[in-house]
Amino acid sequence: MSFVEVERISQSYGGRPILDRVSTSAEEGEFVSIVGASGCGKSTFLRLLLAQELPTRGRISIAGAPPAREPGPDRGVVFQRYSVFPHMSVRQNLVAASALGANFWGGLFGAKCKAAQKVADDALDRIGLAHVAHAYPSALSGGMQQRLAIAQALMARPKILLLDEPFGALDPGTRITMHAFLMELRAETGMTVFMVTHDLAEGFKLGDRVLVFDKPRWDPADPNAVGATITYDFDARDGGIPFQRLQETTHVPIEL
Amino acid sequence: MLVLLAYGIGSEARRAVNPADKVLPAPAQIVETAQRLITQPDKRSGDILFWTDTAASLERLGYGVAIAAGIALVFGLVIGILPIARTMLSPFVNVLSMIPPLAILPILFIMLGLGEVSKVALIAIGITPFLIRDLAQRVAELPPEQIVKAQTLGATSLAIGLRVALPQALPRLLGSLRLSLGPAWLFLIAAEAVAADAGLGYRIFLVRRYLAMDVILTYVIWITLLAFLLDLALRLVSRFAFPWAEEGL
Ligand SMILES: Nc1ncnc2c1ncn2[C@@H]1O[C@H](COP(=O)(O)OP(=O)(O)OP(=O)(O)O)[C@@H](O)[C@H]1O
Ligand SMILES: [Mg+2]
Repeated sequence: MSFVEVERISQSYGGRPILDRVSTSAEEGEFVSIVGASGCGKSTFLRLLLAQELPTRGRISIAGAPPAREPGPDRGVVFQRYSVFPHMSVRQNLVAASALGANFWGGLFGAKCKAAQKVADDALDRIGLAHVAHAYPSALSGGMQQRLAIAQALMARPKILLLDEPFGALDPGTRITMHAFLMELRAETGMTVFMVTHDLAEGFKLGDRVLVFDKPRWDPADPNAVGATITYDFDARDGGIPFQRLQETTHVPIEL
Repeated sequence: MLVLLAYGIGSEARRAVNPADKVLPAPAQIVETAQRLITQPDKRSGDILFWTDTAASLERLGYGVAIAAGIALVFGLVIGILPIARTMLSPFVNVLSMIPPLAILPILFIMLGLGEVSKVALIAIGITPFLIRDLAQRVAELPPEQIVKAQTLGATSLAIGLRVALPQALPRLLGSLRLSLGPAWLFLIAAEAVAADAGLGYRIFLVRRYLAMDVILTYVIWITLLAFLLDLALRLVSRFAFPWAEEGL
């Protein structure tokens, strides 16, 4: 049994199928990129993984746990926008990441608060935002905001990290920096990631696998009759050239 | 400025015809009256009526607005966050907001007596529905991404209400309070005009019987100034307490 198991999930809205019998699985520590045409249900798939919505059919289980009924701290998420709290400073955002789930009213006092602040300050140093610790997110560049959002999501130590076009609103230069940032964090934490992107190159660069969502059939009479599913599952390791590693690591005696 | 100039000319013209005219007193006379009102104690009670009136009115206004803000905050958050509360309470609040508050003033006087409670109640009842609707809408407009993010950090619904929705509702509350101050003054003066023994509105309607335009105008100018200062104070509080809410309210 894999770390993430997606078993024949379908989702429809008002009788209109969006996703149709999607099955896949991912190992712990795998980075899965998801690409596909606009509106084909990539965000829907992510919402299902997040348990923000429940599938019409099928089940998703993570780390062998029964299917979740609502988003919880075992899943971290970063959206394209609105992923940080605008009324909290950069530092408060990171403190809140520890505090929100600490008790039923979401606040910390005294020693625990001190400890959370210490953790937040360490994180700020690590992600290079210490110099803007007391600024509000609206004063940050898009790249800084997303860096904060990713760091905030990771504070809760989620089992999987879900990213919905996290770099979609950034300029190409900032994207490259963010890629490096994300890969660094990933090497550190070994986390499992699902990332939706519209940038194929980005998907292949960051991912171990690239899933392509598309409609398997096209009904000319009613384009909305069929939902999308995973039509390709590429191995994206080693720059998207499979079997390279296989050749390196096997020692087939060469007979001349 | 033009208004002042027009007033000066009008006042001049009327007094040229009839020097004892009381409808448009000369600006100089208003200043004189204002000085007398602000400094001279009342012969019977020994208090300076101008200040007791001001204190009485501001107290009623303060209580009324504070109660309205408190109720609106609770209901606005609940209606904004919980869909069940929205379907149940929202139509009710909508109907409430259509009741003309002044029409129920007599009911308040009958039920709560002629004292302070009925006046405070009128102000609170008058502005609460608007505040609730405004806040609920603001809370409902919070990006769902934020709520989901809070959930993935382990927040309970209460934690989301207190730490995510409430702080973002507060600047909006101050903004809608600023808009509500106008109606609040209206309800205050109306209630005082009907039954009171002190208050700015009460005094205006009392001296009307003697055609004391100079006193009335002094009070009107004073009320305007107070309203302006309250508005300014709310704006400053909002700017300093919520620097992140950069969209100028
Ligand atoms: N809550 C909902 N109710 C009804 N329809 C919905 C809902 N959420 C999504 N849809 C529909 O489902 C389809 C897939 O939406 P989704 O956001 O998953 O697409 P996407 O692949 O993420 O697209 P994009 O690349 O533009 O982000 C869209 O046609 C959308 O209109
Ligand atoms: Mg999407």
